[in-house]
Amino acid sequence: MNNLYIVAVTKCNANAALVFEYCYRFISIAKSYFGKVDEEAVKNNFVLIYELIDEIIDFGYPQNSEIDTLKTYITTESIMSTATAIEESSKITTQATGATSWRRADVKYKKNEAFVDVVETVNLSKGATGHTIRAEVDGHILMRAYLSGTPECKFGLNDKLVIDKNDHGGMGDAVELDDCRFHQCVRLDEFDSSRTISFIPPDGEFELMRYRSTRNVKLPLRVIPTVNEMGTTQVSYIVNVKADFNNKLSATNVVIRIPTPLNTTSVDCKVPSGKAKYVPAENMVVWKIPRIQGGAELTFSGLAQLTSTTTRQVWARPPIDVDFQVLMFTSSGLIVRFLKVFEKSNYNSIKWVRYLTKASGTYQIKF
Amino acid sequence: MASQAGQDAKFFTRGKIQEFRAELQAAESKDKKFVKRKTVLKKIVANITMGNDMSPLFTDVVQCLGIPLIEIKKMVYLFLVSYGRSKGEQIHLVIPSFLQDCNDRNPLVRALAIRTMSYIPIPVVIDALTEQLRHCLKDRDPYVRKTAAICVAKLFTADPRKAERGGFVEMLRDLLLDANATVVSNAVAALSEIGDRQDGVIFKLNLTVANRLLQALTESSEWGQIYILDSLLRYVPEKHADAELMAERVVVQLSHANSAVVLTSIKVLLYLMNYMENRKLIDYICKKMGPPLVTILSSGPEVQYVALRNILLIIQRRPNVLKNDVKVFFCKYNDPIYVKLAKLEIMYRLAREENAREVLAELQEYASEVDVDFVRKAVRSIGRLAIKVEAAADLCIKTLLDLIETKVTYVVQEAVIVIKDVFRRYPGKYEGIIPTLCENLDALDEPESKAAMIWIVGQFADRIENADELMDDLTFTFMEEPVEVQLALLTAAVKVFIHKAQSETSKAIVHKVLKWATEEVDNPDLRDRGFMYWRMLAINPTVAGEIVLAEKPAITTDSDRMDRGALDQLLLHTGTLGSIYHKNPETFIRNAAGKALADSPALNPLSRQVLVSVARPSLPSAVNVPGPGPPEPTRDGATAIDSKPTPPIPADGEGDADASSSGDHSGDADGEEDHITAATSVVAPGGDPYANLGNAFGTYAADEPKPHTNDLLF
Repeated sequence: MNNLYIVAVTKCNANAALVFEYCYRFISIAKSYFGKVDEEAVKNNFVLIYELIDEIIDFGYPQNSEIDTLKTYITTESIMSTATAIEESSKITTQATGATSWRRADVKYKKNEAFVDVVETVNLSKGATGHTIRAEVDGHILMRAYLSGTPECKFGLNDKLVIDKNDHGGMGDAVELDDCRFHQCVRLDEFDSSRTISFIPPDGEFELMRYRSTRNVKLPLRVIPTVNEMGTTQVSYIVNVKADFNNKLSATNVVIRIPTPLNTTSVDCKVPSGKAKYVPAENMVVWKIPRIQGGAELTFSGLAQLTSTTTRQVWARPPIDVDFQVLMFTSSGLIVRFLKVFEKSNYNSIKWVRYLTKASGTYQIKF
Repeated sequence: MASQAGQDAKFFTRGKIQEFRAELQAAESKDKKFVKRKTVLKKIVANITMGNDMSPLFTDVVQCLGIPLIEIKKMVYLFLVSYGRSKGEQIHLVIPSFLQDCNDRNPLVRALAIRTMSYIPIPVVIDALTEQLRHCLKDRDPYVRKTAAICVAKLFTADPRKAERGGFVEMLRDLLLDANATVVSNAVAALSEIGDRQDGVIFKLNLTVANRLLQALTESSEWGQIYILDSLLRYVPEKHADAELMAERVVVQLSHANSAVVLTSIKVLLYLMNYMENRKLIDYICKKMGPPLVTILSSGPEVQYVALRNILLIIQRRPNVLKNDVKVFFCKYNDPIYVKLAKLEIMYRLAREENAREVLAELQEYASEVDVDFVRKAVRSIGRLAIKVEAAADLCIKTLLDLIETKVTYVVQEAVIVIKDVFRRYPGKYEGIIPTLCENLDALDEPESKAAMIWIVGQFADRIENADELMDDLTFTFMEEPVEVQLALLTAAVKVFIHKAQSETSKAIVHKVLKWATEEVDNPDLRDRGFMYWRMLAINPTVAGEIVLAEKPAITTDSDRMDRGALDQLLLHTGTLGSIYHKNPETFIRNAAGKALADSPALNPLSRQVLVSVARPSLPSAVNVPGPGPPEPTRDGATAIDSKPTPPIPADGEGDADASSSGDHSGDADGEEDHITAATSVVAPGGDPYANLGNAFGTYAADEPKPHTNDLLF
């Protein structure tokens, strides 16, 4: 990452999954402390990094890695070890080792707000014959909680939600999740017994839930390529793209990458919207469309000229790759029904929910 | 906080010891808020980071300990951790400050002090630490207790005798019942660390303690959960019901976001299933394990790889897991190569008649990609698929022939290698394609593919019209070929001669080759084989023919499955490095202790049959530990402890004799309920801990994520 390697060494049969999880966590802690993580940042904060490492891992055993708690006692400011600090320290230690190590008790906000972002990444792999080899939604529910005190939250998703499809059969239009995983604040035993998601959230941003769905995946963009190799000197392309969702919504930042043979000299492109350009360094035509309205249909047509080569190697035909974002749309059909916040002081809280479905290097159509 | 990010990069310039010393001394006067000394210390720490020796500054730096600023204290401590070890004669200067800090009113400072001391493993410091640790393990602040627990593990590394004599193991054991979950999990981690040492105590759990730990599970941090889950493998269920109840509680953890928690939970579940009877529950758990494993595949590539290597083991032991999910293992175009290779192996394992067509279509696509290793493995997988799934064999062969058409040399070579095995698997079915193969003879330039082709020519010489001519060409370079090819040529020459006894060419070839093999070549294998053929042919050519062309045992795919006992044992290491290499840790880490399923009345009979025992290496006979618990693991001692439900007894192994006698002891464990048996190490008869393994790993090398060298060969 940024030319830095995070390396862990061991002399024993270490838990490899733990080691990698820890490395990723270390990066995210470092990011939250000093923005980006690169050589410059490491040099600028080396004392802080030593302090952090000393705190988050002891003798190879990861300890408290909750950013929120860490920030209460590992700061860039100077702390005097005077009597006034001692009371504070006890508070910290209780929290760092307590059952809700992820949250301080004394959080206060003037305005109590919670933002929920449902972000879905679509993994698509379509075969050359147009059949779907694999369509999968990798969903993340991110929450930014700015709530005072120790709020008890309850979170509800679609009424017709099947979480373990092994338990029931197919249920028609229900949203089915193959699997879901939760932030450590969620009470897993409660979820297991009654399917309720209840938790005391950490302060600020965190990933509440991650899920996966493979049933009834709605593909926002339908891409149908027709590619013909005409002799050894030309390849013709017709790529049809259809926005398969409500016409009030639109897909933005659409980038379609169409591979061309290695010995391509030029490509003549025609597009109804956006810009398409042949990029010789990457052996592909990159078609960028800032916005596609729901229901719209666009067609790319192009003709690639090839040089004749002496060694005729078969063209591997890498898949067409599509990047996009669609706001207020979920491929899985997942919807947040409610988020209830209970707190002693009984304040009102405002909740916001956003949905985003996107693909970036994961939406592939073979041809 | 990010806004006021550090500006310390300027300190990374090489400094002179003298300058730093002068600066430190100058800073002693007029140092408002200690800013000057902080700056010098930062420079020194930066220099330590760059690897410059700052140890001559020891006395100067130590002076700064009096400053009541945590940041400075931490830097001085960092200095001490770096150089304390080499400054044994001066370290006593800092002991008083350490002791003072150990009794500071601020718990963070107390913890910091013992943590730092435990990182300086020299006798003076260890002595001082031993004293302090006793108090700290009982500190009223949980933060100090949890730090102290880990310090015990470090103490054990520095001086195991002292740690055992000091009774620290017992104190850790008491912490297992602490009210604070973080303290409990760290105590578990420390005890496990000590228990994994060869000279350490044996750490086992009984049902009561295991259940207490499970209670602490929900309140622990994610890392703490891992330590606790991991320790559950130290509990040996005596009744099916115990294992089943525990599994039901662990299943819940499968929805945790941390993949290490998930994999460790899976490890515990796989372990407990060995002791379970309820088929329904076992099936249910197997079903539950699939989805979380698939979800891990959307993590970073490193974590994915760990999961994939483990999945490969899990599906061999529990074929129901992920049975219908072969699609999720289809490679994405942009997967890193190591992920692709691992997926390929799993695709092959999960291939069945029902999904063979889909799998084959994928493999065919991979065969046209650019990465040579990946393409090779894909081609080989097609052949293995043909051998594994009879119904798909026709299609696979057709695909292989299409691939040979491409004339890409490495594709052709791989195809030839697997087709050889296909011939053996389905005798008399596909020999019709031999001519196509012969056309590509010239493309073969690697020993393995060449040897495979030669084998085909020799074996089916009766169906190849010009076999003798082909052999003549092939033997032309006999003396320059690698041994592998020479051996194949030798055998093939004999076979061709037997098939075509009338042919003058074949007679000449066999004569020539035998002469070379016995007179010109230095390789003993080749020479011996040459002599053997020569004599057989000389004594009785007919019988020789029967022997050389004897019917071969049918080839199956069983040989590339791991043996169940070895699997059971490897799965105890799920999620660890061992599970990635598919090797038991004691085979690649010096001093690592092996693990094996422990026998108990609840162990399912099949697992018991293939039980692999692990030798606990002989211990230094001088170890004699006065601790609680029985000095000798006798039944009386054990029952005595049974009365109070306190935790595991750290029992000490005391030399070979004891270890083996305790092995006997655990053998008749039938009457014992959930009490603690000290030392259940079982010594393998004959002292060879791998006696039961056979060559489980020999054939298994096929699974290594690298180009194959020896799968499915006889």
